[in-house]
Amino acid sequence: MSTLQLQDLYQGFRQPKTIQALAHKIHQAAQSLSSPLRIMEVCGGHTHTIMKYGLNQLLPENIEFIHGPGCPVCIMPKERIDHAIALAKMPNTILLTLGDMIRVPGSKTSLAKQRALGSDIRALYSPLDALKIAQENPDKQVVFFAIGFETTTPMTAAVIQQALALKLTNLFFHINHVLVPPAVAAILSDSVCQVNALIGPSHVSVISGAQIYQPLAEQYQMPIVVSGFEPVDVMQSILMIVEQVLQERHEIEIQYSRAVTEQGNQKAQEMIQTYLEPRSHFRWRGLGDIQLSALQLKEAYQFIDAEAVFEAVLSDEPIDDHKLCICGDILKGVAKPQDCKVFGRGCDPTRPLGSCMVSSEGACNAYYRYAEVALRSVKPIERKQATA
Amino acid sequence: MKVIELSQGGGGAESQQLVQQLFYRYFGNEILLKSEDAAVLSLQGQSAFTTDSYTVSPLCFQGGNIGNLAVAGTLNDLAMMGAAPLYLSCAFMIEEGLPFSTLEKVVKSMAEELKKTDARIVCGDTKVVPQGAVDKLFINTSGIGQIQTTTQAMPSAHQLQIGDAILVSGDIGRHGAVVMSARDNMNLHSDLKSDCDVLWPVVEALINKGLSVHALRDATRGGLAAVLNEWAQTSQVCIEVEEDKIPISDAVQGLCELLGFEAYDFANEGTFLMSLPCSQVEEALAVFQQFECTQQAAMIGKVSEFQPGLVVLQTPWGSQRVLELPKGELLPRIC
Repeated sequence: MSTLQLQDLYQGFRQPKTIQALAHKIHQAAQSLSSPLRIMEVCGGHTHTIMKYGLNQLLPENIEFIHGPGCPVCIMPKERIDHAIALAKMPNTILLTLGDMIRVPGSKTSLAKQRALGSDIRALYSPLDALKIAQENPDKQVVFFAIGFETTTPMTAAVIQQALALKLTNLFFHINHVLVPPAVAAILSDSVCQVNALIGPSHVSVISGAQIYQPLAEQYQMPIVVSGFEPVDVMQSILMIVEQVLQERHEIEIQYSRAVTEQGNQKAQEMIQTYLEPRSHFRWRGLGDIQLSALQLKEAYQFIDAEAVFEAVLSDEPIDDHKLCICGDILKGVAKPQDCKVFGRGCDPTRPLGSCMVSSEGACNAYYRYAEVALRSVKPIERKQATA
Repeated sequence: MKVIELSQGGGGAESQQLVQQLFYRYFGNEILLKSEDAAVLSLQGQSAFTTDSYTVSPLCFQGGNIGNLAVAGTLNDLAMMGAAPLYLSCAFMIEEGLPFSTLEKVVKSMAEELKKTDARIVCGDTKVVPQGAVDKLFINTSGIGQIQTTTQAMPSAHQLQIGDAILVSGDIGRHGAVVMSARDNMNLHSDLKSDCDVLWPVVEALINKGLSVHALRDATRGGLAAVLNEWAQTSQVCIEVEEDKIPISDAVQGLCELLGFEAYDFANEGTFLMSLPCSQVEEALAVFQQFECTQQAAMIGKVSEFQPGLVVLQTPWGSQRVLELPKGELLPRIC
């Protein structure tokens, strides 16, 4: 019996010949486009794939990417990060969160800096570790600062379920889970928005199903292709979008069919609905206030809701981004990162002024990190290969 | 269980006992055993001198422990200057309560690592500090070596030449991946071993072959990405790397896929990069083939005028991107 090798899982999706063949087909098909195609990849994971693998260099000039709002770290408003810091500063407290949330600056400082001052702040690899930490520290209050789109919400719901089953009295939840469709609708509804097709998120769709984009496809009459995260996935999705445009279709198609269904993971959805409900509004960094665009704990679970329990130390005063920051325009496709006056000067990944520079999945951050070659001159010979 | 106590760092009878029964036993040599305030050395010609402090959590990992790192790391720093390692100093900062067996294991590993060259530990120091003042055990080693590259210019980050080939001595990222997997909250298991090793024998063979090594650097913290960026900036040249030529083991790549990292940023403890004229690549690779730890050595790129100061990765499908200098802590991506 042959065993499954790691390469089997990704090699086919990074096959140079396949990527080049798809690039060739996209070039051929795009010649028939009557107007430029501006595709928003909603998810930060796709932004990362595009920039890391240089896929934008393989496309014809009449197809461009507009990098969407789908990075949970980037969209977190400063006042929510200030919440995390205020919670971490409470005596006898352990604050838990995920990955690069640690380095994102709030209005005055970041969790990383607060940790250096002595607060107990930990990045979790798995949200379920929160249970163990709460059990091992019965004399401390443990706050899980939960972030992420639909993808990570079921994990938080699972932790809540387990915490209740274990009757843990020292584990609290600060819920910052946000929703993709309301944010995308907010961008598309702006009259200046240039987006005319969407690459739908991969793992959000695994949970919620491709169905969640139906209202967007109908209202804005644009092709939506739910894509996987590998380079071949993204290239094939672009080809599918071009074909839809040429055939005057505006449908939801699933390229990432090895993981995404129409209905999604219904068990996960039920679990989320048991504990969480839509929040009346949530202020997105770069986009502003959007109604029903995030989740909160239901009233029945207020006793574990950090926003209720520790209300006294939390302020809801909105804090604006830097006035020179044009993240909102970048998200709508009206501007590119290099159009911003502070890009790479006052604003860089070590000192981000705006949301898009914050995490590696943000558009400005990705341009800053990976695109220096493209911003200067691309070597003629490589360009020729890329478009062959 | 026998543990290290504060009194063993106090300079009195208990300290002496620890030094004699443990450190002299494993490190003993003519100079060290003189027990003077300072070691007296005889040096000839140009010498290289380096120091490094070692801290790693957990202390023991697959393929080694902090002791292997503390000796190999300093010997490798000397080797990267083309210097044959001769003398080492060694200072231990020990947290009270450390099991004696752990300290002995570390010291034994250091002695074994030392045997790979002619270097000796000639002076040392021991401090024992109260619980919480250090994390179990910190080690500092300094080293002196004799420069061997008398006929050629010394390897330097300033010496990269347009047209040079860039070689890596083995598959990258193993040490960083092992340490990350070993952290108690990761719960990951694999057969992966740290690449921790002493590189002087390989470097000596390269020098003896008469190769014009322009630059040599072990890719420790910051990994391959940090070394290449430092070279590109210091020599104001472009380093173009072919992504699919960089050797990366399946286990390391697997961890990267799982957590959203890139092996280029992971630390190595026995893998180095080398810049030398393209015409000498075959000879260099033949030397690498003579050693067990450098079987995976490969030419991964070249030095060009394309984008001075930058490292450019060429993908196998014709696109390119900047390989940036790693920044901040290595934190996993969220989804």
